[in-house]
Amino acid sequence: MSDWKTVIGLEVHCQLATRTKLFCGCPNEFGAAPNANTCPVCTGQPGALPVLNGRALELAVRAGLALGAELAPRSSFARKNYFYCDLPKGYQISQYEQPYCTGGGIVLASGKKIRLERIHMEEDAGKAIHDRGDTTLVDLNRAGIPLIESVTEADLSSAEEAHEYLTALKEIFQYAGVSDCDMEKGSLRCDVNVSVHREGTPWGTKVELKNLNSFRHVVESIEHEVPRQIALYESGAAPVQETRLYDPDRKLTRSMRSKEDAHDYRYFPDPDLPPVLVESRDIERARAGLPELPAQRRLRYGQELGLSEYDAGVLTSSREVADFFEATLQHAEPKLAANWIGNEVLRALSDPDVPGERLEELPLTPEGLGELLGLVAHGTLSAGAAKKVLRVMIVKGGDAASLVDELGLKQVSDTARIEAWCREVLAAKAEVAEQVAAGNEKAVGALVGPVMQASKGKANPKLVRETLLALIRATST
Amino acid sequence: MKETSRPDATELGAQLRSGERSVVETVQACLAAIDSRDGELRAFAHLERERALARAASLDESRRSGAPLGPLFGVPVALKSNLCWEGAVTDCGSRILAGYRAPYTATCVQRLLDAGAVPLGTTHMDEFAMGSSGENSAYACSKNPWDPTRTAGGSSSGSAVAVAAGFVPLALGSDTGGSVRQPASHTGTVGFKPTYGRVSRYGLVAFGSSLDQVSPLASSVRDIELTLEVLAGPDPLDATSSPGRFERERDFSLEGVRIGRPREYFPEDLDGEIRARIESGLQGLVELGAEIVELSLPHTEVAIPTYYVVATAEASSNLARFDGVRYGQRTPGDGSLVGMYRATRQAGFGDEVKRRILLGTYVLSSGYYDAWYGRASKVRELLRRDFDRAFEEVDLVCGPTSASAAFPLGEKADDPVSMYLSDLLTVPASLAGLPAVSLPAGLVNGGGSALPVGLQLTGPRGEDARVLAAARLLEESLPLPGSPPHGEVRP
Repeated sequence: MSDWKTVIGLEVHCQLATRTKLFCGCPNEFGAAPNANTCPVCTGQPGALPVLNGRALELAVRAGLALGAELAPRSSFARKNYFYCDLPKGYQISQYEQPYCTGGGIVLASGKKIRLERIHMEEDAGKAIHDRGDTTLVDLNRAGIPLIESVTEADLSSAEEAHEYLTALKEIFQYAGVSDCDMEKGSLRCDVNVSVHREGTPWGTKVELKNLNSFRHVVESIEHEVPRQIALYESGAAPVQETRLYDPDRKLTRSMRSKEDAHDYRYFPDPDLPPVLVESRDIERARAGLPELPAQRRLRYGQELGLSEYDAGVLTSSREVADFFEATLQHAEPKLAANWIGNEVLRALSDPDVPGERLEELPLTPEGLGELLGLVAHGTLSAGAAKKVLRVMIVKGGDAASLVDELGLKQVSDTARIEAWCREVLAAKAEVAEQVAAGNEKAVGALVGPVMQASKGKANPKLVRETLLALIRATST
Repeated sequence: MKETSRPDATELGAQLRSGERSVVETVQACLAAIDSRDGELRAFAHLERERALARAASLDESRRSGAPLGPLFGVPVALKSNLCWEGAVTDCGSRILAGYRAPYTATCVQRLLDAGAVPLGTTHMDEFAMGSSGENSAYACSKNPWDPTRTAGGSSSGSAVAVAAGFVPLALGSDTGGSVRQPASHTGTVGFKPTYGRVSRYGLVAFGSSLDQVSPLASSVRDIELTLEVLAGPDPLDATSSPGRFERERDFSLEGVRIGRPREYFPEDLDGEIRARIESGLQGLVELGAEIVELSLPHTEVAIPTYYVVATAEASSNLARFDGVRYGQRTPGDGSLVGMYRATRQAGFGDEVKRRILLGTYVLSSGYYDAWYGRASKVRELLRRDFDRAFEEVDLVCGPTSASAAFPLGEKADDPVSMYLSDLLTVPASLAGLPAVSLPAGLVNGGGSALPVGLQLTGPRGEDARVLAAARLLEESLPLPGSPPHGEVRP
């Protein structure tokens, strides 16, 4: 089996994060009452006409730039004709012969580049809901929502690569503000084209996999489809060119339609829409609106801020986290900020007691966190005390200094008080003091803990350690 | 403006604005004329009686209160039933849209309303504007007021009859391959197809989107100019509408204007009487100072096949939305989705519409696209270039609107190709997107009836004002069509 090669291409549909639909003024929003966001245009009333949403084009151009693609100065819309109850006009307005964008791609961690063949704009269809007894219900809220479809060359050779590519694509689109890429809301959808062949022989027959509702399904469907195709070849048969649906419950793919049943879409240029002209000043404007992308940020965090690859990865996992981190840097050291955001803040998001699953839903601000970390850096607050303060800031909000006072957590650096606590502990733990006196300095750790406890966490641990060592040395000499 | 027995919209508008007559009594008189004659002529498909009278009363009221009055203040108008007017039946002459009331108002209708016009209702038409005789309506075929055994032309049959019969001074139709100019020619009215993009198509139910233009019909050229001033101009709801408004050329002169006479528009077999009327029209232009230049538009002979590929391709896609899912008539069929589509479209569309959907589907099909739609698009470009070259030599092109006068109903109903050929002289301007007007050039004898024939003036893209100014000057010197014997003297 080892000489089989897998060839994969991906087609990814992303809903653009516009305020309104692609060809009318209806809201582009998820979760409205059925058919609430509709008008004569997106319900395909007789006589209604499409007009291109300029913002959608801007975001589409931005997506192309973020992927290093080439933007066509002139592209055009075509009609893709087919009948289905969720398609109000009997055709979908898409781009066919002249997409607005070609080329570009994403470089994987291995250095392998996954090339894009094209990106084109199109409108989404509505939703047909079939599970209501005998009737099918149609919701046209989604009809006309702007999409970009990015199509890769068949450059991917494993489910893992597909996963890595999708993760990177999603990250880039989210960073660039092109799409929220939320698969649960259907704002990112992926179809997979997969074939297998033996090394040194021509590519096998391509099978299209659909109904992939998460990246996990993409991976699983490939992992199940590839052995199916190999088994067919090895038994002397061959896959047929077809579209297969992934069944995530049974973890298998089943045939949906064969090549013979494929639609003849009768594409032709849409006479209702003039050609789309993208001028260099449009490109420059889109470029100006393009933020630093995750790969660039990761590189900078390592090179300029001296963060580890791991920390840089955690902090750039979303644009929101990275922006939060960078805002915190106005008030705190990079490494300290990285540790606290990575370990404390992000972890809190999965805590059910914390009000919010996203950073922006928390009352905590980067300024507030920066202030708190300043107190830690200056020795005003111990790490343990700072965690308590942070917890309050995350759950209820408030500023660090007042919370420290309120909770009575101000670090004690008063040597007299620290010495008193140390003497108490030394008296109780004479045997540990002797070990230290005998040269085992590390043993002092067993004394620091009890001193901190005695001080209710307020003693400056660095001073405690120094005081303990000094007291022990003074007694033993 | 010539003296006629019936005031045109311009004159009527002046009387209404001055208060010489009220809008209500004018609308009532129109409705009475319709009640008395339309049972035979069948111009109107759906009258909006109450709405028209209510609007008339409110317009009278606003005049009394001294409010500013629009350029079409109080003028009764008819709308082809493929133009959306919120709440009115917009059935496009098709069973599939039986009872369909538009949920919104077309831009052109809104502009008429904003200018003070009073729509009385929607008119009969060939189903989805596919036809040249009115016989393809699923409801009623309009009759020619000059001879009710004959066609009024099509597809804007009812709108042309409404004007010719004197029911209203002004009507809107749509012209895809001649659907306003040809009925204007057959009914002795003025019909004008603007430059493509001049008037918004938003709310005009699409047939051939790259050809369709909302087009007015009236009894005088100045009324057409007045209407264009109201209708023309960019529309944010139609991406193919062009910038720039329409303003009539008041001081236009034909002195030194060069008029092209394409030899292809005067074929050997052109009816002798029609030829004579058009030649005297050309003579009229010469007397006004114009110069006639013989020229050739060599691709004219392929205009019809080109048109029937392009228009049917677009129609096959445009009519896909009539599927019984969201509006219009639904026939359940076997209960499956595909079964419902089949049954709905089988029952809802007439033969000619089905024929064109099949043709259009074929010419766009995989493997046939290049040979048909692709090639037709290229030939269309050649036709455009014919005109571009011609307009380097001349200012306007002149010829007959139709090679025949109104033909007897039933004559071509079973012969689609002969019906298609009746658009021969109107289709070229449609394919090239040019402004073209048909104006009455006199009467000919058709089986004992006096029948009007139309002269067509075509201009370069965007030169709508010049085409109409020339037509206005020529109109003065052409013989009066007079009132048709089966019409009504407009109140």
